[in-house]
Amino acid sequence: MNAYNLLAGIDLRQDAYLGSLLIASLLFLLGLRGLSHSETARRGMKLAAVGMFIAVVGTLLDKRIVSYEWIIGGLIVGTVIGVPMGQWIPMTKMPERIALSHAFGGLAVALVGVAEYANHYMRLGPFDTCALSLEVLLGAMTFTGSLMAFGKLMGVLPGRPQTFPGQNAVNLTFLGGALAILLFLTARPDQQMFFYILLSVGLLLGILGVVRIGGADMPVVICLLNSYAGLAAAATGFALYNPVLIVCGALDGGSGLILALIMSRAMNRSFKNVVFGAFGARLLVDPVATGAGGTVHEGTSEDAAELLKLAGSVIVVPGYGMAVAQAQHAVRDLADLLENAGTSVRYAIHPVAGRMPGHMNVLLAEANVSYDQLFELEAINDEFQRTDVSIVVGANDVVNPAAKNTPGSPIFGMPILNVDQSKAVIVLKRSMRPGFAGVENELFVQPNAMMVFGDAKKTLAEMAAALKKEG
Amino acid sequence: MECENFIILLYIFVLAIFAGYQVISKVPQLLHTPLMAFTNAISGISLVASLVIAGEGRNTISSILGAVAVAAATINVVGGFLITDRMLRMFKKKERAKA
Repeated sequence: MNAYNLLAGIDLRQDAYLGSLLIASLLFLLGLRGLSHSETARRGMKLAAVGMFIAVVGTLLDKRIVSYEWIIGGLIVGTVIGVPMGQWIPMTKMPERIALSHAFGGLAVALVGVAEYANHYMRLGPFDTCALSLEVLLGAMTFTGSLMAFGKLMGVLPGRPQTFPGQNAVNLTFLGGALAILLFLTARPDQQMFFYILLSVGLLLGILGVVRIGGADMPVVICLLNSYAGLAAAATGFALYNPVLIVCGALDGGSGLILALIMSRAMNRSFKNVVFGAFGARLLVDPVATGAGGTVHEGTSEDAAELLKLAGSVIVVPGYGMAVAQAQHAVRDLADLLENAGTSVRYAIHPVAGRMPGHMNVLLAEANVSYDQLFELEAINDEFQRTDVSIVVGANDVVNPAAKNTPGSPIFGMPILNVDQSKAVIVLKRSMRPGFAGVENELFVQPNAMMVFGDAKKTLAEMAAALKKEG
Repeated sequence: MECENFIILLYIFVLAIFAGYQVISKVPQLLHTPLMAFTNAISGISLVASLVIAGEGRNTISSILGAVAVAAATINVVGGFLITDRMLRMFKKKERAKA
């Protein structure tokens, strides 16, 4: 392997290269720190972008690089695809976009690993081979896993978990096999065939791992894939003795893991349960008959507008349905009307509302909702009892009182928004179908709840029109 | 010698995990989607490894693999920073006229 020794003597070009990597690492860390406040976030991002530029220029100085045609070709193709992916993808498609970019990250890392191995396999030591194998395994898993997640989010692949008998046993066998091959390669780095078997098992594990994941678990899975992509990059750093890859990989892997933990805590579920549980697999027998018993009070948009006219305070609870209906602007329009009439409007954001962390915040920000009106669960949950009307826009499981009241319900114990405590609840929903957890919602049959069925965007527009007409 | 290098790299990894944990756990829920886009962009740092493979001129297959890796990583760098910026520009506090 032609990597340099970190302790080697002085070489100006090489020192400039290493120095650039150190500066880049620091700028990435400073950039991340900026993200702790919305005021400093953009500055942080710019620092990181400068860091990236420095690292790339520094690397181009590296004396191992002798020709530039392939580099320039790759950079051009990447830029031509990258600009539209950054500039024109609508905010409602953000989970899909993020899943796809994890796939690109995994692909890049896996390809680097394969090329490194193919070029140097006769001269690799055990640590190098172990790091390369881990890199390729994680990279391949991230690649196919993220493509699966992308397909599910796009609706190309079925969103419900696909399960078959013995699935856990099969997955664990493959995982065990992969680890065994990894150990074997560490001992016998020149066994080429096993390296490529490991690559194939990695690709397969990504597919098998995500095929069983349902829509509601997507936030956790996207975070986990983010984490894998980071760890794969860190493994690359170990294999190539490249410190900046290790730092970035650690930051990326750590961030994904932290987010995944936050997400699973917000669903009151363990990692194990998400990965092996196939939550939404239960098929609903009779979606129309409400298991909770009682009657659903159905209203029209005009009825809902009547309620809102009398309200002094309103809390909007958005869910994935808002993203599907692209109703964020309609929500904002309605909120503007209410605020102009003197009604206070706030938004309650559950951590797992939507398909990725912070999904709802981004959509509402896109619709120009001021971020000081967006509240996290803990910050607003005691406010519902003092609120006149809650409007639930396409959210379901995150407002289901069964999580508090019905031991034995699959979502029991999950922290929910206490929408049921407000004086009145307006629920905008396409149909009576249960949410992704496949659980009936007791909220919908409460006497203070009014269901307005139909496309959320259209319903909200009708409510706004009704308010305008009479107000 | 290989082992010594490994230990140094492990130092870097462990310290980066600690520093990262301190910083990332302070990112508010409000900015979690930009955080993911941001880490996506910086994970495009695998570009520095891809550049070397693509430019080493070892053999054609290696260069092609490297070039594809460069393209994939560049997509994340360029697309990632652009979309993070687009998102962060949207997060604004508006002055609302008090009624």
